[in-house]
Amino acid sequence: MSEASSGTHPVLIEQDVVLARQLVRRLAQECGMRLIDLTKLVTAVSELARNTVVYGGGGYMDWAVVEKDLRPGVRLTFRDEGPGIPDLKLAMTDGWTSGGGLGLGLTGAKRLVDEFELETAPGEGTRVTITRWS
Amino acid sequence: MERIPILQMGEFLLVTIQVDMHDQLALTLQDDLSERISRTSARGVLIDISALDMVDSFIGRMIGTISGLSRIMDAQTVLVGMQPAVAITLVELGMNLPGVATALNVERGMKLLRDRVEHS
Repeated sequence: MSEASSGTHPVLIEQDVVLARQLVRRLAQECGMRLIDLTKLVTAVSELARNTVVYGGGGYMDWAVVEKDLRPGVRLTFRDEGPGIPDLKLAMTDGWTSGGGLGLGLTGAKRLVDEFELETAPGEGTRVTITRWS
Repeated sequence: MERIPILQMGEFLLVTIQVDMHDQLALTLQDDLSERISRTSARGVLIDISALDMVDSFIGRMIGTISGLSRIMDAQTVLVGMQPAVAITLVELGMNLPGVATALNVERGMKLLRDRVEHS
C-alpha cells in the first residue's frame, strides 16, 4: 500500500464534524469513488468524528489517499486522548449507547467501510482507523 | 443564530433542508418544528431532504423524533426526496426509520399528507 497524499484535520468541535465530512467527500471524489461508496464513507466519518468530539473530548483525523494493487482508496484515523472505551465488546454491540444516542455509531461505521481497526485503553484515548477502497 | 426555515402552507408546514447540518442545527429544527406545530395547529409536516447527500444516525434520529413528536401533537409527518445512496447507507447503518412515512418527491408527499390528514 502506498500513500499519494496525506494530512491532519482537527476534530475539536461540532462544526469540525461537518468540515471533516466535506474534506473526505473531496478526497473520495478525487479517487473516483462511486457515489454509493462515497456516501457510505462520508456517513462513517460523520459517526466517528462525532464520537471523537462527544466522547473523546476532541481530537484529530489523519487522512491519506492510498493505493493497493492500482486501486485507490481513502484511509482515515480518528484519534483522541479522552477516557477511552472501558468495555469494547459492549461498545461494539448494536443498540448499546453510553451517550443517549442510538448506539449505531461504532457498529454502523464498521459496516460502512472495507477495513476497520480500533485501539483503545481506559484513560489513554481511542484510535479508530478505517479504509474504503474505490 | 443559524436555523432552517419552516414555511407554512395552509394547515401544513414545509421544511426543506439544504445545508450540511451540524448537530445543534438539527436539534434547533426539532425544537422549532414542535413549537410551530403547537402555535399554528398544523395538521401535517413535510420534510424535503432531496438536497441532503448524507444522513447519519444523528439526523436519522432527529427525523424519527420529529415524526413521533408531531404524531403526539396530532400532526402527520412525511419525509420526501431521499437520495438512493442515502437510503442504502441508512439501512446498512441499521436505521430503517420505523414509523416514518416517506414519499419519493414533494408532489407525492403532499398527496400522502392530505390523505393521511383526511383519514386521521
